Amino acid sequence: MSIEPRPVSTDPSAAPRSPSTSPPLKQTPLHALQLTLGARMVPFAGYEMPVQFAAGVLKEHLQVRGSAGLFDVSHMGQLVVRAKSGIAVDAARALELLVPVDILGLAAGRQRYALFTNASGGVLDDLMIANRGDHLLLVVNGACKEADEAYLRAMLSKTCEIERLDRALIALQGPKSGPALATLAPDCTDMNFMDVREIAILGHACVVARSGYTGEDGFEISTPASAAVEITEALLADPAVAPIGLGARDSLRLEAGLCLYGCELDDTTTPVEAALGWAISKARRAAGARAGGFPGAGVILGQLAHGAAKTRVGLRPEGRAPVRGGAPLFLSLEGGAPIGIVTSGGFGPSVDAPVAMSTVTTAYAATGTRLFAEVRGKRLPVAVAELTFVPHTYRRG
Amino acid sequence: MLKFTEDHEWLKIEDGVAIVGITAHAAGQLGDLVFVQLPDAGAHITKGAGAAVVESVKAASDVYAPLDGEVVEINEAITEDPSLVNADPMGKGWFFKLKLADLSALDGLMDESAYMKLIG
Repeated sequence: MSIEPRPVSTDPSAAPRSPSTSPPLKQTPLHALQLTLGARMVPFAGYEMPVQFAAGVLKEHLQVRGSAGLFDVSHMGQLVVRAKSGIAVDAARALELLVPVDILGLAAGRQRYALFTNASGGVLDDLMIANRGDHLLLVVNGACKEADEAYLRAMLSKTCEIERLDRALIALQGPKSGPALATLAPDCTDMNFMDVREIAILGHACVVARSGYTGEDGFEISTPASAAVEITEALLADPAVAPIGLGARDSLRLEAGLCLYGCELDDTTTPVEAALGWAISKARRAAGARAGGFPGAGVILGQLAHGAAKTRVGLRPEGRAPVRGGAPLFLSLEGGAPIGIVTSGGFGPSVDAPVAMSTVTTAYAATGTRLFAEVRGKRLPVAVAELTFVPHTYRRG
Repeated sequence: MLKFTEDHEWLKIEDGVAIVGITAHAAGQLGDLVFVQLPDAGAHITKGAGAAVVESVKAASDVYAPLDGEVVEINEAITEDPSLVNADPMGKGWFFKLKLADLSALDGLMDESAYMKLIG
């Protein structure tokens, strides 16, 4: 049998690379600490990252849902967009040229989920955009961060300064993350979901967002690179907090129905086809104050009005066999052409059953529709399901 | 007699029948198993071909037939409760019993000390 470590997702950047042709893997500021904590490392987005610790993916997943877990996500990109005019709204106005999201209406101290779209309506990356008062802070996928930075420079340099922040990023997730962070940063206590605040932690200037990628309440903490180890060790000193690898990060986001760029999202899939219509702000829709004006607006607003031919749905396999990304979906046990494909799938430890997400022809997207996923040459029955397999527990004031 | 393969399977041979499972090392590397698919009893399997599938939260892996033979019994306890494989890989977590086509083929497998050396 093969027991080699495998990439943790179908993220193209996670594919094993030939050592002779690829640049050496980068390390985050937490690399050495994680090795001492028993991390098993894998290549991911150009970095050597922990896929799991000694507890293993299953127990790490349940740790986050039941208590709290700490993730190193320093491979992600942190970019500042600042108006050259010195007038903050000019940066918001400029960024609205690239995303179908209301940035002018984003209050200081708040962040919003967004997507960089292309001319055909596909997605170049998904990201968080925070209004930090005199600038916007963008957090983008690690595998896309260089392309994103170049894109921002190419598109916005006339009006905006683009700056890459070489800071660490720590995610603290789970029901006990609030009390755990409050012992170091009492100011976080009254933050609500998607609030962003500058908070000193152990004397270091951090930017804390109440958000995450697990479906749980939690925080994403941007720290100076030099302070990352000290802050991480202080958080891990709380017995409620354990280090968590990328394996559990993937199973947690899958159960929460959250998209992974490279699986559910790519440059040929529109936000509507990815069931992310909710992320397209009212102000940018057909009858909105600033309708359109982003790449692919014609396609995307047309799909919002008239529907798209395919959409993203959840899947619940009827048996115990996990159905994984890449499995084609059919209407019957035998014959016929595929009507969809599994984008991500595996075992959901909190659901205690296999779960998956897929793209299907819209006609077969109704919850409860019975489909068949082809796994190792056999077609297994699956039922179309809601995209969230576990309820989100965000703190909404 | 206890034998091992380079693919991290063990075979315990009694009267020409091998009880087959995966080693503790393999179970540890795979992590907590959540699904096991076994061959059908009565199936004839060929050395090196996929005989069973094990899946963790993250990944699926094949368990290869260690030698040619006929599957005479399968351990349905591990399909009911895959965690048995992690808890007791060389005992209650056995996979299937294989009636070997050629007993002399066992000579090509490793003994325990050779396997321990392989996994370091």
